[in-house]
Amino acid sequence: MKTLAELQAIRDKMHDKVALRSDSGEKRVVVGMATCGIAAGARPVLNAFVEGVNAAGLAGSITVTQTGCIGLCQYEPIVEVFEAGKDKVTYVKMTADKVARVIEEHLKGGKPVVDYTIGNGQA
Amino acid sequence: MIRTHVLICGGTGCTSSGSKAIQEAFRDAIEKNGLSEEIKIVQTGCFGLCALGPVVIIHPDGTFYSRVTANDVPEIVSEHLLKGRIVERLVYNDTGSDEPVEGNVSLNDTAFYKTQNRVVLRNCGVINPENIDEYIAMDGYAALGKVLTEMTPEEVIKVITDSGLRGRGGGGFPTGRKWALTAPNKAPQKYVVCNADEGDPGAFMDRSVLEGDPHTVIEAMAIAGYAIGATEGYVYVRAEYPIAVARLQIAIEQAREYGLLGKNIFNSGFDFDLHIRLGAGAFVCGEETALMTSIEGNRGEPRPRPPYPAVKGLYQSPTVENNVETFANVPQIILRGAEWFASMGTEKSKGTKVFALGGKIKHTGLVEIPMGTTLREIIEDIGGGIPNGKKFKAAQTGGPSGGCIPASLIDTPVDYDNLIAIGCMMGSGGLIVMDEDTCMVDMAKFFLEFTVDESCGKCTPCRVGTKRLLEKLDKITKGNGTLKDIDELEELCYYIKNNSLCGLGQTAPNPVLSTLKFFRDEYIAHVVDKKCPAGVCKDLLQFTIDAEKCKGCTKCARNCPVGAISGAVKQPHVIHQDKCIKCGACLANCNFGAIKKG
Repeated sequence: MKTLAELQAIRDKMHDKVALRSDSGEKRVVVGMATCGIAAGARPVLNAFVEGVNAAGLAGSITVTQTGCIGLCQYEPIVEVFEAGKDKVTYVKMTADKVARVIEEHLKGGKPVVDYTIGNGQA
Repeated sequence: MIRTHVLICGGTGCTSSGSKAIQEAFRDAIEKNGLSEEIKIVQTGCFGLCALGPVVIIHPDGTFYSRVTANDVPEIVSEHLLKGRIVERLVYNDTGSDEPVEGNVSLNDTAFYKTQNRVVLRNCGVINPENIDEYIAMDGYAALGKVLTEMTPEEVIKVITDSGLRGRGGGGFPTGRKWALTAPNKAPQKYVVCNADEGDPGAFMDRSVLEGDPHTVIEAMAIAGYAIGATEGYVYVRAEYPIAVARLQIAIEQAREYGLLGKNIFNSGFDFDLHIRLGAGAFVCGEETALMTSIEGNRGEPRPRPPYPAVKGLYQSPTVENNVETFANVPQIILRGAEWFASMGTEKSKGTKVFALGGKIKHTGLVEIPMGTTLREIIEDIGGGIPNGKKFKAAQTGGPSGGCIPASLIDTPVDYDNLIAIGCMMGSGGLIVMDEDTCMVDMAKFFLEFTVDESCGKCTPCRVGTKRLLEKLDKITKGNGTLKDIDELEELCYYIKNNSLCGLGQTAPNPVLSTLKFFRDEYIAHVVDKKCPAGVCKDLLQFTIDAEKCKGCTKCARNCPVGAISGAVKQPHVIHQDKCIKCGACLANCNFGAIKKG
């Protein structure tokens, strides 16, 4: 390594990988991963979020994590999005295919995808 | 795609309590559950809460599991990692109750961590110390890059001087001034030396930095080399730190491979390389001139100063020697600026200090706090207080070279100058907490035994003086002392302080002087009343049985290891003083409060 640019390249490549360990996520995407969630297909949804958030370069500001049973087993897989100062958004009956739109419109664009939320169309 | 990191502490404390087996168990369980593509196991350095090891942290939640065993691992994997259900019984509970906590407790929310400000330890417990890429991800080597491409050596020294950084090894000499004194001295070869010969009993700050973040020391030494015009450096580390030595070795090799050590670093024309020298564990080798003598291959003995190392140090060449913790501050100061560093701490002591909390305290471990934090905050808030409802009596800072801070001064803001003002010293950061059951004379005797063992013998005041001090203390704790002995003890202390060749002898009497200052009444009780108020000094102690309270249950007699108690069933028992070894087993076993100590 002879230049600062080379150092910066390693830093950029690695940064997102260790960003997971900082608490600074401004938004939290929480996937319900109890037995009911897993049976309904929560694992592919979780993985789609992890991959999508990383691909969009949002790993530093968005935390993707999982939780236990949210309590609405018939609507699983359920995904909740928390953002400081805003109401929680609950997506129901999620699939890996729906994830891209949530990332694009909600996480990036700031507008929840109403089509997928509880109480709208889906429920 | 990795979604979760499992951080497992690989510091010395957690390794000895079984963290290696936990790593294996996680690897197995993660594979069994088909999660290998989603979950990454990271071995890190010390998290600091050594009393609760082995420690495991799950990110991104930040869940902090303590006292984990390999048997707990399958449950953590199938519940938490697979289903997102936190294993509450293992979550660290800092509320003090035995009930498991509910929900997720992030490490950063615990009282132990909340008040800390981690600069030196910023990467410890966060990155894998054996992976240079993770260090670079945390802005590692950016400070070296900045220094070599944008700054002159004079500018580097100015930033360090302006930051107010002082030596963390104990002396508190301004680091910038040390560098500035060495830089102008012309010589064919100059050296940078890192003092990692951490020898105070109970201190393990430097070990944890080397184990948890070795690259930060390497980077800082290269920066120091550029600032003073040195192309070679030595890290002098004790051989009894095998994990630290191994990780440092790995880190040096990785840095060489990346060209961050070696010739023409960052195309700047600056060359720098490092060597490790292992110390055999002599306390005196932590003294800077003795350390250099030892690196040269000679017996570790100090040499008279002047000439100071800035003029004639290692191999008679100009040398800068700093301690591990001092170096660990340097890259951050370069990156974030002198003002940032100077904004932390007190007027004359800037930045933070790492302390190794030990003794009678709940959270034994490593804490980093801004200078000027009061002893009360360190002990009560961060340290969780004294266990078993006992009263705080004193804290010893600086190990065998330091002194004690009594309970009456618990609100003293801890910095270099405040501690010196009360006859104490900062030392390298060992902080031993003592409760009401500690005898201060016995404590001073303990440290004197250590310095007598560790005196190198080169100068008479230290070699003979400390031995005479110990003899007097021994006489007092055996009940044979007189008031004249106390006066002579004090006089001898000052003699040794003023006439010893190096720091070891000059500070060896400190534990005696500070206990004499704050606990003179305890010394007097030993010589006049022939009593040890804390009930520690065995020769001044007697166990007796109160015949009125004794029910004759025979429990004490059955538990006495030397058969010193006799008596018939349902009759008052008697302790035979000639046989009694004063172990206290009878006192601990009596259900009727019939045994008296005193």
